[in-house]
Amino acid sequence: MSVVYFVIQQTMYFAIPLLIVAIGAMYSERSGVINIAMEGIMVMGAFVGIFFINIFQDRMSGQKLLLLAILIVAVAGGLFSLLHAFASINMKADQTISGTALNLFAPAFAIFTARMIQGVQQIQFTDTFHIDKVPVLGDIPVIGDMFFQNCYITTYIGIGIFLVAAYVIKNTRFGLRLRACGEHPGAADSVGVNVAKIRYAGVIISGVLAGIGGLIFVIPTSTNFNASVAGYGFLAIAVLIFGQWRSNKILMAAFFFGIMKTLASAYSAIPFLKSLPIPNEVYKMIPYIATLIVLAFSSKNSQAPRAEGIPYDKGSR
Amino acid sequence: MKNKWKNIWRGDGIVNFSSSILAIVCGLLFGFIILLSSNPQQAYYGFMMILQGGFTDGIQGIGQMLYLATPIIMTGLSVGFAFKTGLFNIGASGQFTAGAFAAVFVGVKFTFLPPGLHCLAALLAAILAGAIWGLVPGLLKAFFNVNEVISSIMMNYIGMYLVNMMIQRTVYDQVKNQTMAVADGANLPKAGLDKLFPGTNINIGILIAILCVILIYIILNKTTFGYELKACGKNPNASKYAGINAKKSIVLSMVIAGALAGLGGALLYLADSGKYMQVLDVIAPEGFSGISVALLGLSNPIGILFAGLFIGHITVGGYNMQLFDFAPEVIDIIISAIIYCGALSLLFKNLIYKIRMRKSAKKNKKEGK
Repeated sequence: MSVVYFVIQQTMYFAIPLLIVAIGAMYSERSGVINIAMEGIMVMGAFVGIFFINIFQDRMSGQKLLLLAILIVAVAGGLFSLLHAFASINMKADQTISGTALNLFAPAFAIFTARMIQGVQQIQFTDTFHIDKVPVLGDIPVIGDMFFQNCYITTYIGIGIFLVAAYVIKNTRFGLRLRACGEHPGAADSVGVNVAKIRYAGVIISGVLAGIGGLIFVIPTSTNFNASVAGYGFLAIAVLIFGQWRSNKILMAAFFFGIMKTLASAYSAIPFLKSLPIPNEVYKMIPYIATLIVLAFSSKNSQAPRAEGIPYDKGSR
Repeated sequence: MKNKWKNIWRGDGIVNFSSSILAIVCGLLFGFIILLSSNPQQAYYGFMMILQGGFTDGIQGIGQMLYLATPIIMTGLSVGFAFKTGLFNIGASGQFTAGAFAAVFVGVKFTFLPPGLHCLAALLAAILAGAIWGLVPGLLKAFFNVNEVISSIMMNYIGMYLVNMMIQRTVYDQVKNQTMAVADGANLPKAGLDKLFPGTNINIGILIAILCVILIYIILNKTTFGYELKACGKNPNASKYAGINAKKSIVLSMVIAGALAGLGGALLYLADSGKYMQVLDVIAPEGFSGISVALLGLSNPIGILFAGLFIGHITVGGYNMQLFDFAPEVIDIIISAIIYCGALSLLFKNLIYKIRMRKSAKKNKKEGK
């Protein structure tokens, strides 16, 4: 039984960042702006967050520091994404190009700044955020073992963000307008919706969530930040497409990938898998191969937002 | 004669070129500001190092620049070619890695081949491996409607892990955690270029890259095949209506793009340059540089050649800049700023077009048309 608990706890570390970054990308893409810069924004977020923790960890520690870092990272991610929003909404630029520029900029900036300030590019931090057992909830049999032991507060924040984001896009006036701007901006404009404003909101939300996602990816899986989030931004875009731009399917896709990734990285702790004569690298490949196969069977009817990637031009209404 | 010049001025080429130059100037300025804000005293010298790039060390620097530029010209060509046919080949890294491994494998193992043939076999293996790595996303896109961006991202990771595993099982140098040295007969011939650029790793790789640039230029601009590929990229439905086999075009585009990136891998590692494939869990950065090169070169093969040379040039400058205690990553910052400005410069282009339209409208009025 302890193996099952272990797999579930590990899955959370992988799936939660993927989930909220993919949800962020969903907000951007369903407002009509392709945001391939999620990777770059995650790196920027992780950089700012870990740097903040590195500086302030002498003065405070634990959950207070982490929550403060998350707030700062959210702002940083939002600000950084403004560059993409400006290029793709005001300047009507090719969204892939400006996204690629951001992806290239973030790690270079993180390494450059870290090396100029502290000499080396790795930024160390002490993990004072790990929770062995949540009081009361952690004592519940089975469920407590699964979800409330050996965890991070970021897991619950991530799930909270997902619930709010899924509700907002489906059930609020803002969500409806956002979706309209991604499907048919001309129609939205004709009934008085400010397309540019909505798209700005979409991109900024994606930036905020990607920033947070970057930080909460690094914290459980490492003790230093080396200007990389291991391609999770790109994987989150894969999860978004895999999840057909719909929040519930994204949830499933993120956990599918998270479980696969956990099995790949922690198979040696699972007696049954360890006894199989399969090399390490094959396990590492499995998540990607599985995603390809699932996509081959599920992509026939793509539900991509129709106006995605097309700058809105009032003249073409 | 006057008319000809007028035509050049009116053509798209000059507009694209001038907007690219503007983007480069803006990017370099941004880089200078970054240098200034991190270390004002040394900023000027560091910046001069970037501008001089390969020319700082004379002939040797230029040779090094050409060697560095070769693989990214190839991946840039791969990405740019796919862009032209409406596909975003973010998987150039995986194709590059697959090609590089195939070349090294043949280079180490097939020692029974005579020297010249050995090298050719290694190059062909690289082309084949890259093409296969491009084929998978192509087939998935054509027959299962899988978005090529996501499938080629997946192929990047699969390629990286697979190649790591294959290296460890076949051509592994355990002590250094890298591949074994390629047999001498498999390395690209220097063809006298090493006499021209003494003390560098230069070989005919750069000539092969230039040949590919010309080849792709001809395919895209002078053949029916290239026209069909481009038509599918611009409007798949219209080309289907015109009787073009869109599925075939997509698959072929990805195969060619993959082959180009794979060949790039071979050109980098078949050089006897002391550079070996490492066993690391890191996606090959050359593929992502290829995206930058393609964007900077506006996906035009000739533009890509110059963009690759330019990036090679300032990358050498970045290494030299470490003399002044600057981290070479400032080069990536500059390139990203250039690309970002390049995205904005579409606006600048539209501005030129608008001015022209106004001019010709005035002219028409005068002539009473």
